[in-house]
Amino acid sequence: MEHSTFYLGMIPLYPLLGAVCIGLFHVLTCKRWQVPPLVYGLLACVGPAMSFFLALRVFFELRALPLDARFFTYKAFTWFSVGDLHLDMGFLADPLSGLMLLFVTFIGTLIHVYSIGYMSGDKSYAKFFAYMNLFLGSMLILVLGDSPVVMFVGWEGVGLCSYLLISYYSEDRDNVLAGNKAFIVNRIGDLGFVLGMGFLFWAIGSHGFDFLSLKANAHMMTESSILIVCLLLFVGATGKSAQIPLYVWLPDAMAGPTPVSALIHAATMVTAGVYMVARFSFLYVEVAAAGMIVAWIGILTALVAAIFGMFQDDIKKVLAYSTVSQLGYMFAGVGVTAYSAGIFHVFTHAFFKALLFLGAGAVIYVLHHEQNIWKMGGLKKKMPITYWTMLIGALALAGCPPFAGFFSKDEILYSALANGHFFIWLIGVLVAAMTAYYTFRMIFVVFHGQPRDQQAYDHAHEAPLVMTVPLIILAIGALFAGFYNLPAMFGGEQMISHWLAPSVADQHPHGSFLLEFFVIATSVAAFAFGLWVAYKRFGKGAEEPVFTGFARFAYHKFYVDELYDAVFVRPYKAIGAEISEGVEPNMTDAPVTGVVRLYMRVGTLVKVLQSGYVRVYAIYMVLGLGIMSFILSQSLN
Amino acid sequence: MIHDYLVLSVILFCLGVVGVFARRNFFTVFMSVELMLNASNLAFIAFARLQQNMDGHVLALLIMAVAAAEAALALAVVILLHKQTGKLDTNVFSLLKG
Repeated sequence: MEHSTFYLGMIPLYPLLGAVCIGLFHVLTCKRWQVPPLVYGLLACVGPAMSFFLALRVFFELRALPLDARFFTYKAFTWFSVGDLHLDMGFLADPLSGLMLLFVTFIGTLIHVYSIGYMSGDKSYAKFFAYMNLFLGSMLILVLGDSPVVMFVGWEGVGLCSYLLISYYSEDRDNVLAGNKAFIVNRIGDLGFVLGMGFLFWAIGSHGFDFLSLKANAHMMTESSILIVCLLLFVGATGKSAQIPLYVWLPDAMAGPTPVSALIHAATMVTAGVYMVARFSFLYVEVAAAGMIVAWIGILTALVAAIFGMFQDDIKKVLAYSTVSQLGYMFAGVGVTAYSAGIFHVFTHAFFKALLFLGAGAVIYVLHHEQNIWKMGGLKKKMPITYWTMLIGALALAGCPPFAGFFSKDEILYSALANGHFFIWLIGVLVAAMTAYYTFRMIFVVFHGQPRDQQAYDHAHEAPLVMTVPLIILAIGALFAGFYNLPAMFGGEQMISHWLAPSVADQHPHGSFLLEFFVIATSVAAFAFGLWVAYKRFGKGAEEPVFTGFARFAYHKFYVDELYDAVFVRPYKAIGAEISEGVEPNMTDAPVTGVVRLYMRVGTLVKVLQSGYVRVYAIYMVLGLGIMSFILSQSLN
Repeated sequence: MIHDYLVLSVILFCLGVVGVFARRNFFTVFMSVELMLNASNLAFIAFARLQQNMDGHVLALLIMAVAAAEAALALAVVILLHKQTGKLDTNVFSLLKG
């Protein structure tokens, strides 16, 4: 068995090797000759593509296994063994990681291909692709890790890569600050993860710390300790997946190149939190309170982010808030114990969000890095492929049947209502309407109406083929991905739910046909309402609005950034300054300089003896010998 | 009888020590060192006489050889030092002063 699962370890290895190769190749050649950027681009696509094929193999091998033993592991080597803790660098393939692998590698590959076009004018091409490969490799470690610790390696890896890539255009100070913000906010979340992991180890870690052992031993924990572990882990998830209160980094992360945004939002990074909660579903189902907290945080994040999204004027920020909002849905899904619905939304979201970001990237690319939607307009005629594919993405995001987002969002809302969480469902429907509104606000403003900047419009053209082909492929995905989990109502088999059943502790709601119909009807109504409002306001062209009152408040994101700055950052800086100026010189430096002074005093006292004259040393010698002889003679007597 | 020899040896040795301490001329210091070596030679010979064996003589001969070698080396050093400074005063060389 061991040799046949070897390729599992190769999946994260390919992109990592790609990163190393590109980096070394660039370092070795950059001084001597100019390597055409296409070489790096193609080199970068090889790793993800290989991983994708191996992911396919994993998927088919899993499918061949019987339902109750649908997993296999590969232990690369023993990482360390200390006391009770024996840790392997192990990888686990089960239905959950198998599904994640498939679309992470697939979308990751497409984004790499797209980047060849998008980054074509960039100076540090090699650096970009090396980081991208590293990013994907880290995510694959995260997905495949067979223990929380290996998962944490990938977890930190994506955090690092996001930092590197967000501050990629490092000439601009704001971008660097955005990168710092992402990294620091993520660190806060990571602390939660580490504490949760430590607590989990303390509770049941001595019986094996890989997921399978943990799952088998979870019953040995008390309810309160499970709750603590769940909440600590969820703190980690809020950091990585941008939930309240740690969502602030994600909109700022738009500072990076657009393919990076697409990679962060669709395939890697932000979905990690949802994945982690689903991975630990065996703990979350034990304590209802933990799930409830997750669900409420999720749905409130969805609401707040949707409000912000309605008033943004940067095309990427609109999409960023839509991601935060959709992530909120996913957490609401996993919170109401509909894990497969949450993961299903991760799956469909990956397609349409990657599509929307890459589409937005194409628009930004042809407009020479213009991101303000109020300077666009009427691009429909100039960029038909981008328009139509983005329209599909927008319909999927807004939850229009039969596009992908509709089914997954509907599944979450239905699970919430059927499990008896009326208010979560209600907010969810409200957010659905808002989602439709802000998505189509963006589409109408960017693509419809009259061009607002005539000069930019005249220069606009369709993006090159290397960018549009991934768009088309993703559009097909956004169109059809939803059918994989078609609810029984439409004659579907809920393939993804059944597929995930061995991995996640789903609690299937027992709702009636009527309830399901009701949920779908309200969702469609919410979508139609949002679309209608957006069309009325922006369908025929609109001028940039001046925000007043609540809108102004929302445009400035409720001043949350300023609040955090005032409540956390500034006091923290003040404390730091106080420590460096008051505490450090007096408390830590004083003993050290004291010791130095002592030695200096003693030295000045003793240095009199060192006259430098040979004869004086001779006296010392004779004196010493005399004393020694005297002692010797005394002891002999 | 041995007592007299030893007293003489101690007197010679102390003279050598005082010479090393008190005099600043290279040659005087050097001669004082030789004096100390010969004081110890005298003590060795006296003890050899007392013990009626040759051990002391062997050591005395050895010390003479060492003294000869030392004389050759030390005179060379003195010449070099004199070349550097033009002086024969030991107080000139006090680089180790603290």
